Amino acid sequence: MRVRRTFAKWLVVLGVLHGMVVCAGFFAPYDPVEQDRQSPYLPPMRLHLLDAHGHLHVRPFVYPLRLRESSFDQFEEDTTEPHPVKFFLRGARYRLLGFLPLRMHFFGGENTRIYLLGTDAYGRDQFSRLLFGGQVSLFAGLLGAGVTLFIGWSIGAVAGYYGGWRDSLLMRVAELFLALPWLYLLFALRAFLPLAVSPLEAFFLITAVLGAVGWARPARLVRGVVLSAKERDFVRAARGFGASNGYLLRRHILPETSSVLLTQAAILIPQYVLAEMTLSFLGLGVPEPVPSWGNLLSGLQQYSVLVSYWWMYLPALAMVPFFLGYLGLASSFEERGAVYKIESRIWGM
Amino acid sequence: MRYLLRRLSHALFLLAGVSILAFLFTALAPGTYFDEMRLNPQIAPETVTALRAQYGFDKPLPVRYASWLRSVIHGEMGFSFAYNGPVAPLLLVRARNTLLLTITATLLAWGIALPLGVWSADRLGRLPDRLLSWATAGLLVIPDLAVALGLLVLAVRSGWFPTGGMASVDFETLSPFNKLRDLALHMILPVTALVLSSLPLLVRHVRAAVADVLNAPFLLAAVGHGIRKRTLLYRYALPAAANPLISLFGFSIGVLLSGSLLIEVVMSWPGLGPLLLEAVLARDLYVVVGGILGSTLFLVGGNLLADLLLYWADPRIRTESGAR
Repeated sequence: MRVRRTFAKWLVVLGVLHGMVVCAGFFAPYDPVEQDRQSPYLPPMRLHLLDAHGHLHVRPFVYPLRLRESSFDQFEEDTTEPHPVKFFLRGARYRLLGFLPLRMHFFGGENTRIYLLGTDAYGRDQFSRLLFGGQVSLFAGLLGAGVTLFIGWSIGAVAGYYGGWRDSLLMRVAELFLALPWLYLLFALRAFLPLAVSPLEAFFLITAVLGAVGWARPARLVRGVVLSAKERDFVRAARGFGASNGYLLRRHILPETSSVLLTQAAILIPQYVLAEMTLSFLGLGVPEPVPSWGNLLSGLQQYSVLVSYWWMYLPALAMVPFFLGYLGLASSFEERGAVYKIESRIWGM
Repeated sequence: MRYLLRRLSHALFLLAGVSILAFLFTALAPGTYFDEMRLNPQIAPETVTALRAQYGFDKPLPVRYASWLRSVIHGEMGFSFAYNGPVAPLLLVRARNTLLLTITATLLAWGIALPLGVWSADRLGRLPDRLLSWATAGLLVIPDLAVALGLLVLAVRSGWFPTGGMASVDFETLSPFNKLRDLALHMILPVTALVLSSLPLLVRHVRAAVADVLNAPFLLAAVGHGIRKRTLLYRYALPAAANPLISLFGFSIGVLLSGSLLIEVVMSWPGLGPLLLEAVLARDLYVVVGGILGSTLFLVGGNLLADLLLYWADPRIRTESGAR
């Protein structure tokens, strides 16, 4: 009972986080590629409730930032007039879920722009870019994990069920893939694909590469489950009644693999999101101006950004709740009685 | 002995397989290093064709693989177009730097994880153990990239550590002692990042393995004999829990290698990582193949080392019947 409750808790946490990313257009105050050339590298604005005179406001507000006297990159708050945060106001056009044209945003400022996480070199809102970047990164992770699980599942089922030379051949190849450090393998695959591509092509390229890299581990796990399942009494009984291979697999054996697949999914998705981040960070993934969690951080490769604009680092921390959610989900799967250790699977990265 | 031979031949088989796999990938690649040249109007098409022929790019894949194998035997491992020289010396320097980083990090991570895990297992379920579990879970969910970048931001803003490369500008003029000190200072950041990224899982595994053993009857008997706590934990419990940990040790090397690829790039440590990234961007084919092979060699070597340790630590493996 307790286990089921923690499981539900993590599912809700992940649901809320993903909901925010899916509805990025609504929760983000601005368009992710909209530039505010007047304010590049603006530090994050603070939300206030108490103003400079010590009065308490019910509605949170911000102070606009202005350049400090005799400085060209140090900002301070202009405390003369508070700008309240408005909720549910009209702003930039976007399409919710890709088709619903809307203009309503969750929050924003009326006469001023509110940058919760600051702006980047082109004055683009980092908060909006973080939310929209999540769409790219999380979707790449989900899709990549789906592809991997499908490949691993089919190969594992074939190897486990039919056995013989198919089994030895497939498992030898799987060992090969497991022997490579996975990031190097990712690099290798990416190395031999075209470099200069459009964001959409890059996205599918990366998803395909991710999907192709990790199949070996789920394949081995599925093979193990299938091997034990096909010797079970009810399967033998069904075979004795003349059930065909296809029927046995579909009806009796593959359903046994579902818990393995679910646990693997909870492990693979964050791992692949991370992989997409790494590739995009290094400039091998989704290119600008489309935001992704990786290329949001790639500015930090420049020393000057690292020294002067520390808030460019904040998106890295914003991802932590997602990984926490997936880790919690994976370990509650484990507690539900999966037979193998989660952590050793994470090691397999 | 037969066990070791089997592991060794297995490792060689893996290396050969990986090299073939890498070459197969290259065959799928659209475009080579020379395609960029073709676009350059200052280079005659005949020159490009001649260059392609010179490096054997007009021959079928098996022939290329054979000639590459020959150059491996000659200790060259193919030819780098970007560096205009054989690959092996390039790789050797970089591999040395990567090894320096990963070996230090591996030793340090295990050196911290073992006592911490044992300590935690001894207090299983009590407050310090729970706190440590939360801490490791926290570290676990912070991505490597965030750890590395965070350390960099910290270092840059505080100015405590050098933030890039492997040596200061005036490295050549320093005395041997100062050279060592300089190197150590430059290693602090990348090693810390690597240790932080691998530590949580190691601690958790050590804790789980030791906690498993602590309930065993022979340990209860040892407690009954009044053996000291520390002797109990380190001389009795830890060796009994060693088997899964030794396998994990081999595995952890591979993880650290993958982690170090990223951290080397972020912290501009002149290891295999940046070389591989450059080679990928320049389509410098043999360097990519060499880099992948080099990293696989480390990984396979690490697993082999773990097998050796297991052979030494577990008598069941020495008496063949227990061998996998």
